[in-house]
Amino acid sequence: MDALVHFFQSIPWDQIVIQTLNGIVTGMILALVASGLTLIFGIMDVVNFAHGELFMLGAYIGVIVLGATGSFWLALILASLIVAILGGAMQIVTLRPLIGRDPLTTILATFGLSLILQNYALWQFGPSSRKISEPITTHFNLFYLEYPWYRLVIAGLSAAIIGSFYLFLKHGKFGVWIRATTQDRIMAQAMGIPVPWVLTGVFAIGAGMAASSGVLFGPLVGVNHTMGLDWVLKAFIVVVVGGMGNLGGSILAAIFISLLESYAAIWVNPSQAVIVSFVVLILTLLFRPTGLFVPTPK
Amino acid sequence: MKHSNKTYWIAFCVVVALLIIAPLVLPEFWRRFLTEILIWGLLAMSSDILIGYTGMISFGHSAFFGLGMYGAAAALLMVSPPNMWIAIILGLAAAAIVSLFVAYFSTRLRDIYFAITTLIFSQIFYVIIFTWTEVTGGENGLAFSRPRFSIPFIYSVPFTTETLHWFVLAVVTASYLILRRITQSPFGMVLQSIRENESRTRAIGYPVELYKIVAVMLSGLFAGLAGVLYAIQNKFAAPDFVYFLVSGETVIFNVMGGIGTLVGPIVGAGFFLLLREFLSRLFGDQFPYLIPLGVIFIVMIIFLPQGLLGFARRWLNR
Repeated sequence: MDALVHFFQSIPWDQIVIQTLNGIVTGMILALVASGLTLIFGIMDVVNFAHGELFMLGAYIGVIVLGATGSFWLALILASLIVAILGGAMQIVTLRPLIGRDPLTTILATFGLSLILQNYALWQFGPSSRKISEPITTHFNLFYLEYPWYRLVIAGLSAAIIGSFYLFLKHGKFGVWIRATTQDRIMAQAMGIPVPWVLTGVFAIGAGMAASSGVLFGPLVGVNHTMGLDWVLKAFIVVVVGGMGNLGGSILAAIFISLLESYAAIWVNPSQAVIVSFVVLILTLLFRPTGLFVPTPK
Repeated sequence: MKHSNKTYWIAFCVVVALLIIAPLVLPEFWRRFLTEILIWGLLAMSSDILIGYTGMISFGHSAFFGLGMYGAAAALLMVSPPNMWIAIILGLAAAAIVSLFVAYFSTRLRDIYFAITTLIFSQIFYVIIFTWTEVTGGENGLAFSRPRFSIPFIYSVPFTTETLHWFVLAVVTASYLILRRITQSPFGMVLQSIRENESRTRAIGYPVELYKIVAVMLSGLFAGLAGVLYAIQNKFAAPDFVYFLVSGETVIFNVMGGIGTLVGPIVGAGFFLLLREFLSRLFGDQFPYLIPLGVIFIVMIIFLPQGLLGFARRWLNR
């Protein structure tokens, strides 16, 4: 009994609350990145290796626009738009010629894109990281530390973007086209839906989502040219753990993994906390290879 | 068939003979460069077993390569005097263990998910090697001295650039012949039938999962061998070689040279490294050579899916 009491006393409850909050915030960002990835995969059968680079490019454009205009919100909107247009252009140039080929060729093509974008960023902006300043600098008291409101705003905004995207997919005209294309590409084409442009549009939307998460997340860490790879790896883990091409599953998995990582960060240093997500991945592959948040197939 | 077989062996002998003579006529820098092409070619060739023959793209070959390298490093640092054969055995053992681990988990997934899982696994090993400073030297890696070339109990002599080149050439040629034999064996045929139609292969009664695991392990072993050779040549092991970029370049070598040909990846490695050398001489060291190379890579995927070798073959047959 004493041992139990001692155990409960030894748990740092205040830290757990803080880390829960942190975990949810990064989880929402990760969900935003991963849902773009899931969207592109679920609809186009394309694994977008360049997704992390779009995230990074969004953050860099955010830095530039913020420097030029001083408005964070303008930077967020412009970065998303510019990267969405760029993503659409990339899709037209590199992925459209590959429609109908083995889906594995698309992973190679997007890998090539990611190399180009990453090295371009390194060449253009240099290896030192840039900073985006937070648009909201007020804090509230949480135990012994001042917790920035901005983090909660990020979580809320990410949720809002994902939510509005879901509504758009459900009710918007283009959203209905997207769903029709997912279900049956040939039939959709026969009904007069411009399938190649729907695919381009989907890639652009996914790219825009990645860019907006890049700008939102920029203030929490520095912006540098390698930030993309970390995120795309995490997003891949989330997509596999959440169940492939399953939007709800990847959102849940994103929050789940981020929470676990932030709890682990109480005891070990953050670079080792990454191992936790790898362990989750291995366990998922062992016991539920179709994904954790997918109903068991009958 | 008989005739083309003869031309094949003649071409094979000519190429090997040229590679044997090469270090005698080339200046020092290009001698080392050629050896390096052969080593990277061996790495790319090992991954061709998966990409070209089994239809699984591995983005995690850096793990096998790197573990072979660190295994060799461990042997060279711990055993004194450093012994080449112990380094090779330990490097291969490390690569085998890692590839068994990766194969066991990643072959549960197919296509794209296989690629992603191998990538994530290689990143796990990267994180471990990068953060476990006491054992692996962390970011700085490990430096050691080059072992002597030896035939146990009979003969031992220090490596020179020429003999090292010949040694690497011998290993790569032997690996090529072994891999070629394997791909033509019944086992290799099953791998190709998995590539063509996995569910049918399973329906015929082949244990597809087992074949895949063996394929990944085989590929990992040869990648580990390339890692050992690289360690012997450059006398250091660094976490950079376990990083994802090496895996990516391996895939690029394959696609550029021509997948499913075994020789193609070596050609691809040579093409890539020569182009990189050329670009950095033309524009200076700071030039982001991966931008033009990435563009060439994408153009080749779209317009030249069989790679350089496939293109050359079609052009010769015309």
